[in-house]
Amino acid sequence: MEPVVSFRGAVCLLGRFPALAGVDLDVDAGEIVLLQGPNGAGKTTVLRACAGLVPVVDGEARVLGVDLRADRRAVRHRVGLLGHASGLYEDLTVADNVRFWARAGRARTVDADAAMARLGLDGRLADVAVARLSAGQRRRTSLAVMVARRPELWLLDEPHAALDQDGRDLVDSLMADAVAAGATVVFASHELDRAVAVASRTVTIAGGTVAGAAAPGPTVPVEPGTAAEPAEPAAAERPAPVGASPDGAP
Amino acid sequence: MTAADAARGPSGSVTTMLRDASLVLAKDLRLEWRSRVIVSQVVPFAVLVLVLFAFALDPDRRTLTEATPGLFWLAVLFSTLLALQRAFGVEAADGVTDALRLSGLDPAGIFLGKAAGIAVHLLALQVVLGLGVTLFYGATPHGPVLLVCTCLAATAGLAAVGSLYGVLAAGMRVRDTLLPLLLLPVVAPVLIAATEAFAAAYDRSSGEGWRWFGLLAVFALLYLAMGIFAFEPLLEES
Repeated sequence: MEPVVSFRGAVCLLGRFPALAGVDLDVDAGEIVLLQGPNGAGKTTVLRACAGLVPVVDGEARVLGVDLRADRRAVRHRVGLLGHASGLYEDLTVADNVRFWARAGRARTVDADAAMARLGLDGRLADVAVARLSAGQRRRTSLAVMVARRPELWLLDEPHAALDQDGRDLVDSLMADAVAAGATVVFASHELDRAVAVASRTVTIAGGTVAGAAAPGPTVPVEPGTAAEPAEPAAAERPAPVGASPDGAP
Repeated sequence: MTAADAARGPSGSVTTMLRDASLVLAKDLRLEWRSRVIVSQVVPFAVLVLVLFAFALDPDRRTLTEATPGLFWLAVLFSTLLALQRAFGVEAADGVTDALRLSGLDPAGIFLGKAAGIAVHLLALQVVLGLGVTLFYGATPHGPVLLVCTCLAATAGLAAVGSLYGVLAAGMRVRDTLLPLLLLPVVAPVLIAATEAFAAAYDRSSGEGWRWFGLLAVFALLYLAMGIFAFEPLLEES
């Protein structure tokens, strides 16, 4: 089966700066892959490239069977990206936002309402304007949008950030549920203790390349001075994900 | 390319485009309902402009009355800039532009929805301004049909071209100052034609006015068509 994400020597430029300098990465269906690495390593750019938001200017890049170099827009409606920004309209309420983005993604209003309930946003918070929410509540609202839209590939950038303990546990269970429903998850995190426990595999990004890959357990450290070196392709074998549907989209 | 293909735009079906346009329109109207920015800021601004024009020209009441069409459309134009900055400011804030790109919404539908939302706001604004020029300037129109048609065509043109330039400037840090510079020269034909059509409607010479209305209609159709095809790459670059 074709990997959900397949990068070979992928290069992305931010202006003239090579944010990705030849990334080799495979992610199979049903995996939960943790991207780790220092600030500025390129984790966010990998996620945004997977979402078709950043052009891949050299190498090969396929996501969900779509050649990103040929048409990166074609993959966008099939992925969900939780970035640093909320992607929410501040003057609309939580319910307005979740329902709008759910309907934009061809989901039903009932899916949006169920997602809000899952994220604990179905009470009085549903009618509160996003501008009046705390950072954690905004994060929950953004996650509710993603849950409602049920993307095939979840791309999460620091998904635990700003959340309380319950919220963090909830994120972990959402990732597990997404995989159980047939989706694939790639996420970046600096909270390694929690993230490694959730991930089926860890990939280290440094200096815009993949510096190492590992099965669950201790992550591969990046030696100082090697971060910018071209790395071997991330080809580590990993166990079959639990609960993954072999071919079913969510 | 067939006429149907041309009408369909660069992506998606006509049905999808219209569905997405209605979704975006409903969202923008809800945004205004929740925030009241147009009602509480843009409309008072427009009325203030009318009043200031009256102060400036009041010593010569006849000049004020004769200039009513031009003053009306200048007030509309200035207010349009504020409405556009609001309409595309919300799309540029906190990652919403990326969310739009990832949403699966048809870009042509987003364009039509944004343009329709702006048009609704501008039409409401023109009702208030129409009452204003009657009250402050003592101007009474004699060709109400021409007046209404002119408002509809000019508004469609302003909303269409405004949406195109609005999304173009949305991603820029200098959008608040850049948008007027980009937009005002382009909408000069709307200002001229709408003013002439209004002058005809106020002076009982509607025949002349309908020719100017025709120009407004062509302008609106041209920019609506351009928006349907050009909005996707502009959204990509914003």
